[in-house]
Amino acid sequence: MSQSNTARPATGSFPSPAGGRSEPIKAVKLRHPGRIVLAAVLILLLVWFVVDAANRDAYGWQYVGKYVFDKRISAAALVTLQLTVYSMIIGVLLGLILAVMRLSPNPVVKSVAWLYLWVFRGTPVYVQLVFWGLFSLIYPHIFLGVPWTQLGIDLNLGFMQNAFVIAFVGLALNEAAYMAEIVRAGLLSVDQGQEEAATALGMSWWQTMTRIVIPQAMRVIIPPTGNEVISMLKTTSLVAAIPLTTDLYGVARDISAVTYTPIPLLIVASLWYLLFTSLLMVGQYFLEKRFSRGVNARRPDRNEPAMATGALPAAGAPDGNDLGGKG
Amino acid sequence: MTDTNTTPMVLAEGVSKSFGSNEVLKGIDLRVNPGEVLCIIGPSGSGKSTFLRCINHLERVDAGRLSVDGEVVGYRQHGDKLYELKPKEAARQRREIGMVFQRFNLFPHMTALENIIEAPIRVKGLSKAKAVERGTQLLARVGLSDKGDHYPSQLSGGQQQRVAIARALAMDPKLMLFDEPTSALDPELVGEVLDVMKGLASSGMTMVVVTHEMGFAREVADELVFMDGGVVVEYGDPREVLGNPQHQRTQAFLSKVL
Repeated sequence: MSQSNTARPATGSFPSPAGGRSEPIKAVKLRHPGRIVLAAVLILLLVWFVVDAANRDAYGWQYVGKYVFDKRISAAALVTLQLTVYSMIIGVLLGLILAVMRLSPNPVVKSVAWLYLWVFRGTPVYVQLVFWGLFSLIYPHIFLGVPWTQLGIDLNLGFMQNAFVIAFVGLALNEAAYMAEIVRAGLLSVDQGQEEAATALGMSWWQTMTRIVIPQAMRVIIPPTGNEVISMLKTTSLVAAIPLTTDLYGVARDISAVTYTPIPLLIVASLWYLLFTSLLMVGQYFLEKRFSRGVNARRPDRNEPAMATGALPAAGAPDGNDLGGKG
Repeated sequence: MTDTNTTPMVLAEGVSKSFGSNEVLKGIDLRVNPGEVLCIIGPSGSGKSTFLRCINHLERVDAGRLSVDGEVVGYRQHGDKLYELKPKEAARQRREIGMVFQRFNLFPHMTALENIIEAPIRVKGLSKAKAVERGTQLLARVGLSDKGDHYPSQLSGGQQQRVAIARALAMDPKLMLFDEPTSALDPELVGEVLDVMKGLASSGMTMVVVTHEMGFAREVADELVFMDGGVVVEYGDPREVLGNPQHQRTQAFLSKVL
C-alpha cells in the first residue's frame, strides 16, 4: 500500500485512517439459496443417472471393458488420427493459399478462390465424400498435354481408388474452404502499419508475410483452427460415405455387427474420441500461449497498460481479448 | 536550396497525388541537400504525410518527378520513358531510406533487439552476430541499452519510438523520414524522442520531418516548409517562417499552434 502511495501521490489525498492501512471489512455474506438448490438438484440428477446407467444391462459395460483396449479398436483409432492430421495439414496449406488468393488484387484470382469457397462450403461434406468415392468412375485417368496433339503425359488416377487417400483428400478439400476464411480473418487482423513498416525497411512481400504478418495473424488463427482440428477428428467418422471402414467408428460398427453389441461399442468409440479431443485441447492451450508473445506482457513499473499508447493497434481490435473464450 | 551543384538528396518537381477525386498533392517543389534537415508543418489534411510517404514509394506519385539521391523514386528512366520498378527494385530503393511512423509500428511479436536486427539479417544478409553487435550499439545510441529483450508492449511510447528510430538506422539509410514521430506520445515523453532526433541531425543525417513541434523545427531544421491544401505555401529559414510569416495562411495556422 505504502509503495503505491509514493508512486502515485494522487491517492494520498484520500482520507485513510490508521496510517494508510485500513481494517478488512467484516460483514455478513449475502446468501444465494437459489444457487445451492440448483447445484444440489444437478448433482442429484447426475448421481441418479450414473447409478442407473451402471446397473442397466443394455449398456453392456463388460463389453466396453473388453473392447476399449482391443487391438482392432486402437489400430482404427490410429487411422482416425492419421486422417485428421493429413487432412488438416493439406487443408491448412490449401486454406492459406486460398486466403492469399482472396486478398489478391487480381480479380480473376480472387474470383477463383471465391468460387472454390462457394462450392465447398455450400455442399455437405458427406455428399462431397460420396462424390470423391465415385471420382475414379468419372475420371479414370487424365491426359495433360497440348490440345489436338499427342504431346503430353497421361496421369493415372489409380490412387483415387484408394479409399484412405480419397478420405483425407476429400476431407482436406472441404476443410480448406473453412481454413481460408479463418486465415483471411487472421491476416486482416494485423494492423496495416506492420506491413508498411516492413516494406519501408526494404523487406520483400514474402519476407513481410512470413516474418511479420503471419506470425501475428497466428494469434487470431490458432483458436478457431484448434476447433477445426477437433471438429475434423469427429468428421472423419463420415468417411463411411466413400466407403472407408478402417476408421474408429467404422471398425467399432463392424465389430458390433458381428457381436450384436452396438451400444457398448459406441461407448468405446466415444471414449477414444474424447481422449483425442482432450489431448488436442491441451495442445491448443500451449500453442495459444506461444503465439501471444509480446501481447499479454505488461510493464511492471507502469500503472497504465502500454497498449494505451497505440503500440498494438491490432491487439486492441475486438478479437484481442477473447482468445480463451473460443478454445 | 541555393546550392545546385551537389546532387540533392530529395528533389521534388511538381509532385501531385490524388486519392480518387481527392487531389492531396497539387504540384510540390522541394529540394533537400545531403546533411540538411527539412521540417514540414501544416494543418492536418494538408498532404504533408502523403508527401513523405511518396518519398519512399509507399504511395505512388501521379504526376511530376520525385527523386532521391539522383534516382527517380519508383521508376527506372530509359531515355524519355519511365518504367515502373519491380517490387524487388523498389525494395532496394527503400532500404536506403529509413522511415519512422507516428504510431511506431514496431513488430509486437519481437523484442526490441529483434525488431532492430530483423531487416539487416533478412534484407542485407548480415550475420546474426554482426547484426546483434550493431543493434546493441544502436540501442545504446538511443539510450535503451537495458531494454533489448523487452517486447514493445513492455515499453513506454517514447521508448518504443526510440527503438523504431534505431530499427530504421540499422539499415544505414542515407535519408531518414519522420512522420509526426511525437504526435502519438504523452507530452512528458516527447522530449526523449526529440533529443534522439537532434543527436541524429547533428551527426549529419539528412532528415525530412513532418512535425507539430515548432520548437524542434526552430532549433534543428535548416529549412522549414509550411504546407496547406496540397501546396507549399511558404518555405525558408525556420526562424524566419515561424517568427515572421509572410503568407496569411501561415499566419493563421501559426497563431493557432504557437
